[in-house]
This record gives sequence, structure tokens and C-alpha cells, in this order.
Amino acid sequence: MTYLIEGETGDWEVVIGLEVHAQIVSEAKLFSGAATEFGAEPNSQVSLVDAAMPGMLPVINEVCVEQAVRTGLGLEAEINLHSVFERKNYFYPDLPQGYQISQFLNPIVGEGIIHLDMPEGPREIGVERLHMEQDAGKSLHDQDPKRTYIDLNRSGVALMEIVSKPDLRSPEEAGAYMRKLRAILRYLGTCDGNMEQGSLRCDANVSVRHPGEELRTRAEIKNINSVRFVMQAIEHEAERQVEVYESGGDVVQETRLYDPNKGETRSMRSKEEAHDYRYFPDPDLLPLDITQEYVDAIKSGLPELPDAKKERFISDFELAPEDAAVLVADKDSAEFFEALAEGRNAKLAANWVIHELFAVLNKEGKSIAESQVNADDLGKLIDLISDDTISGRIAKDVFEVMVSDGGDPAKIVEEKGLKQITDTGEIETMVDQLIADNPDQAQQYKDGNEKVAGWFVGQAMKASQGKANPQMVNELLKKKLG
Amino acid sequence: MSRLTDLTIAQARDGLDRGDYTSVDLTAAHIAAMAAGRDLNAFVTETPDIALARAAESDERRANGAAKSGMDGIPIGLKDLYCTEGVLTTAGSHILDGFIPPYESTVTRNLQDGGAVMLGKTNMDEFAMGSANVTSYYEPVKNPWSLDDGKDRVPGGSSGGSAASVAGHLAMAAAGSDTGGSIRQPASFTGIVGMKPTYGRCSRWGMVAFASSLDQAGPMTRTVRDAAIMLQSMAGYDKKDSTSVERDLPDFEAAITGNIKGLRVGIPIEYRMEGMPYEIEDLWHRGVDWIREAGAEPVEVSLPHTKYALPTYYIVAPAEASSNLARYDGVRYGLRVDGGDLNEMYANTRGEGFGDEVQRRVLSGTYVLSAGYYDAYYVKAMKLRTLILQEFQKTFEKVDVLLTPTAPSAAFAIGEKMDDPVAMYLNDVFTVPASLAGLPGISVPSGLSEEGLPLGLQMITKPFDEETLFRAAEVLETAAEFKAQPSYLRGRS
Repeated sequence: MTYLIEGETGDWEVVIGLEVHAQIVSEAKLFSGAATEFGAEPNSQVSLVDAAMPGMLPVINEVCVEQAVRTGLGLEAEINLHSVFERKNYFYPDLPQGYQISQFLNPIVGEGIIHLDMPEGPREIGVERLHMEQDAGKSLHDQDPKRTYIDLNRSGVALMEIVSKPDLRSPEEAGAYMRKLRAILRYLGTCDGNMEQGSLRCDANVSVRHPGEELRTRAEIKNINSVRFVMQAIEHEAERQVEVYESGGDVVQETRLYDPNKGETRSMRSKEEAHDYRYFPDPDLLPLDITQEYVDAIKSGLPELPDAKKERFISDFELAPEDAAVLVADKDSAEFFEALAEGRNAKLAANWVIHELFAVLNKEGKSIAESQVNADDLGKLIDLISDDTISGRIAKDVFEVMVSDGGDPAKIVEEKGLKQITDTGEIETMVDQLIADNPDQAQQYKDGNEKVAGWFVGQAMKASQGKANPQMVNELLKKKLG
Repeated sequence: MSRLTDLTIAQARDGLDRGDYTSVDLTAAHIAAMAAGRDLNAFVTETPDIALARAAESDERRANGAAKSGMDGIPIGLKDLYCTEGVLTTAGSHILDGFIPPYESTVTRNLQDGGAVMLGKTNMDEFAMGSANVTSYYEPVKNPWSLDDGKDRVPGGSSGGSAASVAGHLAMAAAGSDTGGSIRQPASFTGIVGMKPTYGRCSRWGMVAFASSLDQAGPMTRTVRDAAIMLQSMAGYDKKDSTSVERDLPDFEAAITGNIKGLRVGIPIEYRMEGMPYEIEDLWHRGVDWIREAGAEPVEVSLPHTKYALPTYYIVAPAEASSNLARYDGVRYGLRVDGGDLNEMYANTRGEGFGDEVQRRVLSGTYVLSAGYYDAYYVKAMKLRTLILQEFQKTFEKVDVLLTPTAPSAAFAIGEKMDDPVAMYLNDVFTVPASLAGLPGISVPSGLSEEGLPLGLQMITKPFDEETLFRAAEVLETAAEFKAQPSYLRGRS
């Protein structure tokens, strides 16, 4: 389904490019030894370099370089063996140096690709570049009626800016791109992908056009901090632009902010007010030159990434592509599933994860890492189904107990007496009783109405509180009435 | 030598070893000289208590036979752009009011580790921007050399306080810094030795930055040997400075052999500037004769891009400065002049905190980096810089050392050239090319102008060949027999 906005002058297509800022997972900042832990006391993780004291000099943190290269490789991108740090100059109180050290003309990573699974089919979205840069500090405007407070803990933290090509055509694609990129980063261990804590932030460049036209002027929506808001912001901005054009106006190039409460974007600064950043190579740093051997070594240590994992799940576990896609979308889910499927019926395992576990987690707003039920216990539960200790229906009851109270499924089955009745005598007594109590239905069965068999099984399950083995009930009915 | 303040480092080192006097004696003599010489305005901050304490420690070490280096116990001045732990550091600027660093620059740490005794922080052009030490917020420095015309002479800049303190015997030596000639030109103006090492030889960590790709620390002394001794203590790789170079330090003093037989000395014809005073050219000719007589071989060489060096420098250095000085914004340290809003606070702070010359360079640097001008100025300047470097590299295939004048004139009077920045910038015309190429250079006092003011000759070698530089410079120094004393010393009681 192509996403088009119907206007009075015809259909409008949305053109979207995303700039994602991803905080690099590293102990120390990009150019200083200060720590990067989230949530520390304000200004407790600030070195002399981060505070831009006179005479302080940046020294590149090699871990960050490795992480950037790893990410580039994960995006199937070209790695530039020669890259250059430049200064992006502007004044702001939370930017102590008066410039941000970034990469401009020569980024460390060039063009790459992100593959999306859209309902209408696969899509390839181009990555334009990835470069490393320093984060700024944080301005706190709400601590004092008159003054602004500055927290420099983030100042100098290493970021990767990952810029897509303007290849995205709908809010849904933009959302899928964000989720896929986040998955890749988490698989690689190069960014924790936590949007609430600001480890992953997104700027969206949005323009609209009639299909087939040249690109029109774009607006940039800054600093969006959730996938949902990215999608909403694009939707609102695209609609706004269509309205501007259709009321005879022109979209101007500007920076806008998305207000999720009002569901609108509003102007932050126009092109005329835009900074002239005066980029130039940072004379405090030498160009960053790495070798192909270095890149190859990182490449050989890359983990299996979502696309490859999905293919393997389909071929090795014979999962449906949709199920495989759901499982690999998150690294922890994929790992949970693989641990669960080990030595078990993989399809059954997939069903349990996707339909039972995810339902509970979604309801509670938890991630799989926070799940009360671990793969080990869920596996034991599946084993109880497989060896006929309990039925699938009882298993769901047991699972509920595991979710609410925790514990070993075998123990729960034992304690609650939920073991499946597989004793022929016991079931035979029950079936005899049912036949005796329901002569009409018994007659219908004998007359060949097979539907009534299901009714008998249902009654047997009811009478046994779900514990009767339904197959055995069926067989006995056939024997006695068939 | 009757006065302790007249000693060279080498002499003092030997005297300390012999026990003729202690470091406390030396230091006390210099503290007295420093106090008596306040009229020169060479120091922004005097640190007599720290000096005496360190001198006492030095004496104790020496008594235990554990002197750390040739600098142990030697009282020196430090240019006020070296951050010194617990001691006010101003870079000659109002904007660093009250800034007391909680850290020590690598170069001054190295000197301290070598046992050197800090007498105080020397005056300088604001943020090292200037060639006459007249842009300091802390008032101009006077050259110890003056004439009978009643006008005070500038000591050159930007390390003018360091130069004056050494020439006036207030300090036995001083650490300077050289971006486009800020060690060599004031050395020439004050009749002392000033040496700029290869870019990357000394760490820039903790040194208030002017132009990062050019700034380099160096010694200012009264003899070439002293410069070698002092550089030994200052230099060395520092992992905190990504542009410092990881290579072993040679024994600089040992390189001084007095023998330059067979050394090929390049005489760059382009340094014969139109309108250059005769006395400068004459001195240069004498310099060529001296080194020829010493057995070296003068060779005429051509460096045709020399004429572009000054304009290139005045694009590159201000561009870097405009960015380096952005951190002085009134937010975290130093001066803050409040305003109605953030932008007003910035404007007030930087408007009051920076002097005219700094503002001029910040503005021109901002301009050359601006959208639409970047390619025409900054990019072109960087290309020229590469050409200038390549030209030097080619020349050093043919010669071992270059000999040129240090500055196009002797010291001028305070107040001159103030209304014409370009005339002021021309002071650096002979020193800037080596700065752009990152080459080591030294100014050696070689003679007097007709009026009786000191003039220096400059020598330049290829990168990291400071050994040849010291060796050749010492021969030049010996041949020049520069014995004249500044008027200030003649007036001492």
C-alpha cells in the first residue's frame, strides 16, 4: 500500500530522511576519560576536557572508533580508512568548547543499507553516512525562575550520527526503519537504543510532492525521542505541508519541533536564523587513519544480525517468515527463543513466545529482559505439554501462575493437581457416566453426527477440570458408541 | 661574574654542583631583581614563596646527590599562558580574570619535575596575539634596551615578558611560546636566544591555545647552550596531546660541538625583502661570513612561496583562534559581564573581556571560515601551507640549515605601529614560514643596530633536527661575540 495524502490538487507523496543520533556504548567519553553512565548526579562525570578548561586537549577514545566501525559493518556500509574530525562552531552554554567535534567532509562510514520487511514487501533504505561526534551538555530551564542550570555529564559523550537517504515514503516505513536500526545497534552492542534516556534520538527531514515530481523543500523536525512520535510527527508535518501548498503557500526550509501533546510541529528557527557552523578540521586532532586489517578483525567478530538470524530461523526451525521476523526484531527475544527452542519443538516454542509471553509483556509494558518467566521455566512448561503431563489448555493456566507468582511449572502442576488424567479406567468411568447422563446425544453420535463428539469431549474436560486427555476421551467414545 | 643574576644556566649548574651557592641564594637574588625590575612590567604574577620553597627542595636534593636535571634549582619565568596549578593564569587577558587552574601544564610540569624554580608568570600579548607585547590587559612590557631618546622600546611579542625578564636578568631563563615568531622575534628585540622546537616536540596540554596547529613551547635564554639545557627539560611526548610526537629525545646539549665544518647552510634569497633596513641585510651578510669562516658552506637557495607565508598565517592562525577562544564565554570561569539575556551576556563578556587585537583576529578568523568564504580563504591558505612545507622539504635535501634575519627591524618604540595592524604583522615575516611548516628555529643575538639596539639572526632546520640547529646556532653565537648589555642592566645599582 503506497502511502499517499489525498489533496485537492491530487495525491501527495511523503519523502522522509532520518538522522539518528545513537550514543555509543563505551565506558568513557569520545575525547576524555570521564564516565558515561546515565542518571548520575549532575556535573559528576565531567573532566577538565569536557568543561573546556583552558589548554585542555581531546584524545580519541579508541573504543568509540571500534564501535563506529562495527556499526558501519552492521549497516553493510563502506568503511573509510581515512576520516577527519572537524569543529562545528556555535555558541550555547551547554556546549563548553563553543564547538562540537564532529566529522563533516570525511566521515568514518560511507554508504550502507538497511533492509525493511514491510507488509507490502521488502524495502531497501539507503544509509548516506555515519559519523562520530560529541554530545553537548544539558540545559535545565526548570530549576530556577530566572536562571538556566547546566549539567555537563553528557558533554563529550560519543554519538554516532546515522543519516539515511531520503528513501522513506511513509510514517510506517520511518517507524520500521527506526526499529530495525535500533535492533541492529543492539545486536552489535554499539548503542543500547534506549530512546527514553536519550541514547537514541531522531531528526526527521520531511517533504511532500506529487508522485513523479522533483524533491520539494524539506523541513527538519528535531530531537524526536520515540518511534511512535517519529511516525506521528511525520504524519502531522506532511499534512501541514500539503495544506500549505494547497492554500497557495510555500514550505520554507526550517527547523521544527514536534509537540506530541498538541499533535503538531512548530517552527523553531528558519533558514535565515540557521547557524553558520564554520566547519574546519580540528587542529587538536590528527586525521583518523585505520587499516583494512583493523576493519577485517572487527568484521570477523561481528555477531549474527537480524536479517541473517531471520533466514536461519526460517530454514533451521521452519518458522513462518512473519514469526521469524517478530522474533528477531529484538535481540533479547531472539536469544530467548533460541534458548527455548533448543532441543524442543521450535514451532511450539515460537508460538509460546509470540502469542503467550509477548501478550503478557505487552500488557505489562515490559521488555523480554524484564520478563518474570525465563526461558528455562517456559521450556519446562513446554516439556510438560510434550510428554503429555498436561494439556495445552492446562499449560496456559500454569503459565498464568508462573507470570503472577513465578515458580517451577512442574511444581505448580503438582501442587495444584493439574496433571492430565491418562488413567484409562478413570476416563472410562467418566465417559460411561456421560453416556448414561446424556442418552440423546449418545444416540446422535451413534447416528453418525460426528459433531456431537466434540460436545462429549468438552463435557469430559469440564467434568475433569481440563485434566482429561482429550484424545483418550475421543477414542473411548468411538469404542463405546461407534 | 659578581652577580648571581648574571649567571647563565650552565654556569649556575656548575656553581650549584660545586657548592659555590645554593638554589635558595640564586632564587633570592632573582626575587630581588624581579622586585627591583617591576618597572619593566615583565611579570603579571610573582610567586616568590613558591620559588623559595622549590629552591629549598632543590638544595636538599642536590645535597643528597639527587639533582634531577640541568634545570634543577634554576629560577625561571613562565609565560602566563601555561596553566599553573594554584597560580593565577591570565594569558594576558581580562577575560581570564581570577582563573586559577587546578592543573599544571605538561611543559611546566616537566620543568618542575626537572627541578626548575618558578619565579612567576610573565607578561605577554593577550592570548599571544601580538608582536610588541602591547596588547596585554596587564599593560605593555618595556624592553630593557632603550636609547637616550626617552622612549621605551617594545620587547617584541608575544613572549615579551619572558624576553624582558631574561634580558633584564630578572630570570635566568623563561619559557615562551611561539605561534608565528613569538619566541624568536622578542629574543631578537631583547638580545637573547629564543628557540622554537619542531611542532610536536613539546606538549601543548595545559597551554592556553592561540592557534593549535602552530603553537609550540620553547626556551628563552641568554645562551644557545642554556636553550639546549632548558628544552631538554620541557620537551617530550605526551599522550594527552594528540599532536605531540612520540620519539626519543636526543641529548641536545651534547649536540653542541662547536664544529660545523662541511655543514651546508642555505641562504634563502626571498628573505631579502624590499625596503628592509640596510643594517639587517648587513648583519645577515656578516652571519654568512661567520659560518663560512667556521668551515660551513653557504648555499643560495630559493623559497619562492615565502611571500605567501604571512597572508597564509594571518588566515590560518585567526581561523583557529576564533574557534579556540569560543570557550571564553562567561559561563564557567573567568570574567562574566551580565546582560539582559544570554546573547547580551556573551556580547558583554567577550566585548569587555577581549582587547582590540583579539577581537580583530576573532572577527577575521570567523570571516575566513564563514560559508561562502571558506574555500577562498581557509582552503586556499591550507594549500599554500602545504606548498610552503614542500618547498622547505625540497630545500632541506640540499642544505642542513637555513640562515635568515629574525625580524625586519630592531625594537621600535612603544606606541609605534599601533594604528596599522599590517605593519605590526610584518614583524613576523621571517619567522612565520618556519612556523607554518612546523620547523624548529632559533634566534641568536648577533649584533646591534646603528642606534644600538640588538638584532638577531635566525636559523632553521628540518623537523626534529634540533641537534643540528643547536650546533650551528652555538657556532654563530660564538662568532658573533655579542657582549652588549641592555641599558637597564647598566642602570642597576
